[in-house]
Amino acid sequence: MDLHIFIQQLVNGLVLGSVYGLIAIGYTMVYGIIGMINFAHGDVYMVSAYLSAIAIALLSIFGIASAPFIIFVVLIFTIIITSCYGWTIERVAYRPLRGSTRLAPLISAIGMSLFLQNYVQLSQGASTQGVPNLIKGNLRIGEGNDFVQITYAQGFIVISAIFGMLILNFIIQKTSMGRQCRATQQDRTMAGLLGINTDRIISTVFVLGSAMAALAGVLVTLNYGTFDFYIGFITGVKAFTAAVLGGIGSLPGAILGGIVLGMSESLFSGFINTDYKDVFAFCLLVLILIFRPSGILGKPEVEKV
Amino acid sequence: MNTSNIHSHKVSLRLAITDALVAGLIALVLFGPIVGLVLDGYELRNNMGVAFIFVAIITTGRFFASLFFQSPIGVRFLEKFARGRKVRVTVAQASTNKFKKLLLPAIFLAALSYPVIAHVAPDLLGVFGGKYGITIMILALIYVLLGLGLNIVVGLAGLLDLGYVAFYAIGAYWLTIGYAELGLGFWSVLIISPIFAAGCGAILGFPVLRMHGDYLAIVTLGFGEIIRLVLNNWTSLTRGPNGMSAPDVTFFNMLSFNKRGADNLQPFHEFFGLEYSSSFQFIYIYWLLLIVVFLVLYINHRLVQMPVGRAWEALREDEIACRSLGLNHVLVKLSAFMIGASVGGVAGVFFASYQGFVNPSSFTFLESALIVAIVVLGGLGSALGVTIAAIVLTLLPELLREFSDYRVLMFGILMIVMMIWRPRGLVKPVRPAFESDKEQVKQKA
Repeated sequence: MDLHIFIQQLVNGLVLGSVYGLIAIGYTMVYGIIGMINFAHGDVYMVSAYLSAIAIALLSIFGIASAPFIIFVVLIFTIIITSCYGWTIERVAYRPLRGSTRLAPLISAIGMSLFLQNYVQLSQGASTQGVPNLIKGNLRIGEGNDFVQITYAQGFIVISAIFGMLILNFIIQKTSMGRQCRATQQDRTMAGLLGINTDRIISTVFVLGSAMAALAGVLVTLNYGTFDFYIGFITGVKAFTAAVLGGIGSLPGAILGGIVLGMSESLFSGFINTDYKDVFAFCLLVLILIFRPSGILGKPEVEKV
Repeated sequence: MNTSNIHSHKVSLRLAITDALVAGLIALVLFGPIVGLVLDGYELRNNMGVAFIFVAIITTGRFFASLFFQSPIGVRFLEKFARGRKVRVTVAQASTNKFKKLLLPAIFLAALSYPVIAHVAPDLLGVFGGKYGITIMILALIYVLLGLGLNIVVGLAGLLDLGYVAFYAIGAYWLTIGYAELGLGFWSVLIISPIFAAGCGAILGFPVLRMHGDYLAIVTLGFGEIIRLVLNNWTSLTRGPNGMSAPDVTFFNMLSFNKRGADNLQPFHEFFGLEYSSSFQFIYIYWLLLIVVFLVLYINHRLVQMPVGRAWEALREDEIACRSLGLNHVLVKLSAFMIGASVGGVAGVFFASYQGFVNPSSFTFLESALIVAIVVLGGLGSALGVTIAAIVLTLLPELLREFSDYRVLMFGILMIVMMIWRPRGLVKPVRPAFESDKEQVKQKA
């Protein structure tokens, strides 16, 4: 095992992991507040990848070439519209199901996931799409053939992800809305009795989760450049794995889980087998759920009657 | 919608217009970029016309919906809607309805005679005539089988299994691998397949059945994907994406359906003195499948009345109460999981032999989701509903060929609408009633 390859895989894993972490936040917040797996969340991320490519193409029509400006506008555009998607999905597919049977929201979420995939496929075409490379250049550490390479795009992903998480943390911990979110997560009925509009808070949580997914979508699109209408499924399941790994319902857990999953997946595909890297992620998911469903940072769930 | 207006029965036009404008604005934001601007390489193609049509439809739709729900009829509709969702399992009246007793044999005979009609007079049945029609019907029956199997797991026991396609794949690959590696034929595989698939169900199910609903769904999804990915990557055994061929179906191991016969077997058409037709093989598979479907329906019907069936439904309604009353929830769930898996395995064997070829792309998550859609639309727990849903959902895309692109889109919308409108399915689940002999004597007297 060469050290420089090991470090390179850790760097790649960190980049992958911060993307998983950003998407996992959406799963963990929604699960924490209404106890459902938002199966369509991965597809929200997929929609945001399309939106960012559309925004880049739109800006190039207007002849804007400055990369920082493009990235800034694309982020704003994608986050706003993806948040709208998140809000609408909750309003249309989940809110009418409050107080319904246990499986109803999950089945509805699967329906929404199928709908989003096919809606994008029908309107944008089934072929793989791409964007031009906006952030060029890289940083090399080491000499000769033994070097660790960090592209600026990768650095941008990690920094933006940290920045996004800090903003989210500020919203949740310091603002009045964040306090209401935490109260609703602890006890929805009680929060409602104390005058919190819990329906609005649930919508807010969906909007925040979608905004994080949108950030992930933009970052992935800028780094890898290609995507299709099907990326939401596998990334969504992996991000969910990250959320469970860190302890579902816990925000730092989602990020930690994302990074652990990203790094272990990256090391697995680097040193053991690339073909089975998805199998590895799924096996990890199954094993955590069987042996430690409360995750690394989560509290064991007590079933109340 | 403003709740105060529902009770005052006053129709406010202003509210309707505001609702419509808000909905229209959101629709514009949602559809504008995705529908209106189509990516074409690094360029964009303008498709805003379609997006504006969508926005117009949603705005007017929201306007009239808002008006309707403010009117007295709309208010009553909403109240009825809220009541309808609370409907639980109803117990049937114990009756000896002669019509019902005759209906099932009549359907069976009609289904039995279908391929003969389709073969002899294909023009009579339109799209469903001839060999092509028979193959569609076989596919419909395979989905009926899958629906019935998953119905035991999801509908009766309330375990959302998102990886049901794993057992379907296990059945199909069991046939092809058994043929390639062990030299097994269709019949020996078919007879072992339910036991084999149930064993796989037990191995996969045992560790996960302690979990609660949502986690179980995700773990089964994980298993489904693991099986598919392994089938795709283990090229030395499964030949990966290239797929494997299935053995020929034989007439009870005695006659071959090939034109010249195979493996020292006499050709079927020569033995019976018929003119050769490639449909014979499919008619034969259809009949076998039909018998299996009716057998599963019968077993399902009996299981629901047995203690284990009642335990499934009780566990679905309230797990904690059941455990407090001393039900071994793991064993009860495991039995549902294994029976469901065995039905899936049988369906897989039929699928492989009907296609003559399998590859992992037939066993994606989408397939699992479609089977779940069948069970959900048919009514969780109702075998009759699931059968009808499976047939309708397989045959409808054949009739509406122009709309085949929208099939999955419609499935998605239907799943959401069904969950909102009737979370327990279109067909009301009815539990059979029992009367003791004494009561019957009393009634007659």
